Amino acid sequence: MNPSPPPAPRPPILRVEDLRVAFDTRDGVVQAVDGVSWSVAPGRTLGIVGESGSGKTVAATTAMGLVHGARVRTSGRVLLEGEDLLAASPERLRRLRGAAIAMVFQDPLSALHPLMRVGTQIAEALRAHRAGMSAAAARERAVELLEQVAIPNARQRVDAYPHELSGGMRQRAMIAMALANEPRVLIADEPTTALDVTVQRQILALLRRLRDELGMAMVLITHDLGVVAETADEVAVMYAGRIVEQAPAAELFAAPQHPYTWGLLRSMPRLDAPAGAALVPIPGRPPSLVHPPSGCRFHPRCPYVRDRHRSVDPALEPLAGAPQHRVACLLSETERAAIWARIAAGEPVAGATEDRPV
Amino acid sequence: MSDPRQPLAAVEQLVKRFPLTRGVVFRRRLGEVPAVDGVTLEVLEGESLGIVGETGSGKSTLARILLNLLEPTSGVVRWRGEDVTHARGAQLAELRRTRQLVFQDPAGSLNPRKTVGAAIADPFAIQGLLPERAARARRVAELLEQVGLDAALANRYPHELSGGMRQRVGIARAIALRPELLVADEPVSALDVSIQAQILTLLRELRRELGLTLVLIAHDLAVVRHMCERIAVMHDGKLIEVGPVEELFRAPREPYTRELLAAVPRIPGPVFRGPPAPPGPPAQSSSSST
Repeated sequence: MNPSPPPAPRPPILRVEDLRVAFDTRDGVVQAVDGVSWSVAPGRTLGIVGESGSGKTVAATTAMGLVHGARVRTSGRVLLEGEDLLAASPERLRRLRGAAIAMVFQDPLSALHPLMRVGTQIAEALRAHRAGMSAAAARERAVELLEQVAIPNARQRVDAYPHELSGGMRQRAMIAMALANEPRVLIADEPTTALDVTVQRQILALLRRLRDELGMAMVLITHDLGVVAETADEVAVMYAGRIVEQAPAAELFAAPQHPYTWGLLRSMPRLDAPAGAALVPIPGRPPSLVHPPSGCRFHPRCPYVRDRHRSVDPALEPLAGAPQHRVACLLSETERAAIWARIAAGEPVAGATEDRPV
Repeated sequence: MSDPRQPLAAVEQLVKRFPLTRGVVFRRRLGEVPAVDGVTLEVLEGESLGIVGETGSGKSTLARILLNLLEPTSGVVRWRGEDVTHARGAQLAELRRTRQLVFQDPAGSLNPRKTVGAAIADPFAIQGLLPERAARARRVAELLEQVGLDAALANRYPHELSGGMRQRVGIARAIALRPELLVADEPVSALDVSIQAQILTLLRELRRELGLTLVLIAHDLAVVRHMCERIAVMHDGKLIEVGPVEELFRAPREPYTRELLAAVPRIPGPVFRGPPAPPGPPAQSSSSST
């Protein structure tokens, strides 16, 4: 984790405000993102954590203007340096994408053109935003970019086809392409999920270095709390289309507040756990987004559910002593502190349902 | 460390090379790629052995040879001491029954046009067991419940189930014939974190209940540490280090193992002291808590 310097000195460059995204499907309206707000400042990384269907990717791709169509309904605002991307024309979006805001995907093989040389693709990205750039200059810049992402023998590799590169090298090539026009915001969606751990480590280090060198704002979307811990300054945990907890990374791991965050932490096997410690899975599975549960959306899976939680919908609210740490949970702060203390000590929690090692 | 347990399965000096070809119509043989390169390894009866390594390390190829699903280029595969490298006919059928594989992608390993019940009953049909419909249906219901699914799911199709449920069906199918050895190849890497924990917990429970020997192939070292007693590290087709899990994690001998361990992202915050796991099969000795 990065030692977080005192409160972000720079104002956010990208701000998502009360974003809602719904899809009309045969089964009904899927509310994929339901009132999500976050922001990220230059040189900082926001980690968005969640499982499949939590809305973490939809929220980010909508911010990029990549989610549209007759069956999609969006509301809210996505402000890039004050300009609302949800209201921008397709032409304007095309100019911003790749230049001001760029994206790195999980699978470089499907994001890169299989029949075009890597260098040609990067050059194309460059020239799309710089009308006057010559082919020779673009190629030269492509080599520089491949060097910047630490691809060995960049001058030769610039003529390689994507299939001739290893998974890690392809991911580097895609990062190089995303960086071609020096974007101010980089959205990385599961950038290391398909990679081996040793390669993952290199790619995360590369992203951190580039963020610092170029002063980019980075949004890192992942299901992996370990990846977030090593890369993000701030973390938002998403569940069923909403943010349920948001905090500076150090704070989130030191004193997590939401039962879902606890569940994720206890579900993960870790190398530093005592030998033979059991995992405590979260019972059940994520809810339908067509008919989300009443009240708190996590209540059907929450071991600490009270009657009231089935009808009252919690808002994301700051903690009394830590305004940057926000949580959407109906338990009181004292109750949560007591439960977390027992969990951390490995003791059973009184009144908890299904909270047992199985 | 001497272990009194007998080797259940073993490979000796195993080599598997795949031809490297170019062209479609005029296939030219350019050479050979060694996927497994001189591996000798024992799987002890009742143990859980983890095989870790990165993409291309040869771990899945090794597992497939161990199960007679691939023939080695050279070397010996043993089952209870007997050379079964070239097993055929009735011997192979019996080996198929006693040794089962759980796949990474449960969707890809289930026939989309067969109900869950039919998929689980398949092994009985293939082995000519439980010819009576009612008896077969009862056993299918029993298996579904054993893996934590509702018996009524027997009439559903794979696409109606979530990824975690499909993996449970894959496991039900694998244990249907009461195998002695279960080989699980990346059984949770396609699943969400909270579902991963459910499946790992199920595999541990089943091991205990059925006295299964487990070979777990995984790239995730934390998963292997959680599940296994011994661990084998593969790199470029070679077995580079093997030993008891805690020993290997505390003091890895090989630089590659150290590199692999160092690359795992660490989660800060408190390390939960418990709860302790329920007792594992024979070799594990942690105390009960349920």
